[in-house]
Amino acid sequence: MSTVNCPECDAEITLEASTEVGEILVCPDCGVDLEVTSLNPAAVELAPMEQEDWGE
Amino acid sequence: MISVSIVGGSGYGGGELLRLLIGHPEVEVKQVTSRSHLGEYVYQVHPNLRKRSQLKFSDPSTIEAVDVLFLALPHGAAQKKISEYAALGTMIVDLSADFRIKDTALYEKWYGAPHSAPEWLPKFVYGLPELHRAEMSGASYISGVGCNATAANLALLPLVQAGLIEQSAPTYIEIKVGSSESGAEGNSGSLHAERANVVRTFSAFGHRHTAEIIQEMGMTNASLTMTAVDLVRGALATVHATVKAGVTNKDLWKAYRAAANENPFVRLVKEQRGIYRVPEPKIVIGSNYADIGFELDESNGHVVSICAIDNLMKGASGTAVQCMNLMMGWDETLGLEFTGLHPI
Repeated sequence: MSTVNCPECDAEITLEASTEVGEILVCPDCGVDLEVTSLNPAAVELAPMEQEDWGE
Repeated sequence: MISVSIVGGSGYGGGELLRLLIGHPEVEVKQVTSRSHLGEYVYQVHPNLRKRSQLKFSDPSTIEAVDVLFLALPHGAAQKKISEYAALGTMIVDLSADFRIKDTALYEKWYGAPHSAPEWLPKFVYGLPELHRAEMSGASYISGVGCNATAANLALLPLVQAGLIEQSAPTYIEIKVGSSESGAEGNSGSLHAERANVVRTFSAFGHRHTAEIIQEMGMTNASLTMTAVDLVRGALATVHATVKAGVTNKDLWKAYRAAANENPFVRLVKEQRGIYRVPEPKIVIGSNYADIGFELDESNGHVVSICAIDNLMKGASGTAVQCMNLMMGWDETLGLEFTGLHPI
């Protein structure tokens, strides 16, 4: 198993052996969606998420 | 099992304290005093305690010796009789503002009169466990905390502990508060017709709780703006500060994560999904939690730090019970496990 750091909050995330490129993970600390962009070396990028809008 | 009593138990802080102590597994409540409600059952003033307590309010002059004496008196009352109370309580937790400020000049500046018992000030530990946990173990006297000061101090805690902001730089703290902060006495401004639907900035600066932020956080240039909103319980502190050059979002994550990990009642709320993405008072109502969160504008270093608490719980009685737990060497969460309600 390899690890990556969340690009948002720097939390360490362990990738399971079954992880695939293109898979969307959720950071266990800050909750952002992360897209796995590479497995060797392991890498993730922020994936688009819905923004909150309470009145603009 | 230890014995405790409450001096001044008819106010909102005293009632909340009684609710917590009745449910505490290691505590037996002996007496609750009130001159204005002498002889009445406590549930006639605090109706949520019906069927939970058959205590009646006692005369303060009949109070007997106990292990821990809680003082929930109006500001200024405890300092005038502290020697008498110390003869009755092996340990004292005072919820009022009387023993919070250690510097007599700072006290006089913010409270407008000299302290009546300055020799007692060094004996009290300031009552916020997140700042003074180690000193509370084995302490005999612990002060209360200001509810607004607590919301502000816990919003500042990660930033100050990690050295991410200049403590002498101007820091603006906006606090929205519910009506229970103004106590159970009532005045013309607390009439429903006047208080309902309010969003009113009643103190632009100069609120007394600023003294606790100066003392505890070293924030010599902090300014507190108080706004009353249409809540019964709850306080929300929104701190505006500037981070030191080079501080990044990840540095803030590290600092806030550490604060949440080190303190059982501090929760980091910074969600990317769902409805509740930031700290909100209504989610902590009735609980001892302080929810904290932040946003950083990395382009200019402007950090907004937020803390939501129940002013009667983390801002007063919940923290007082947490302090008692630490004084006694118990788990600090004992009797404070309620998680709040949702929806509410």
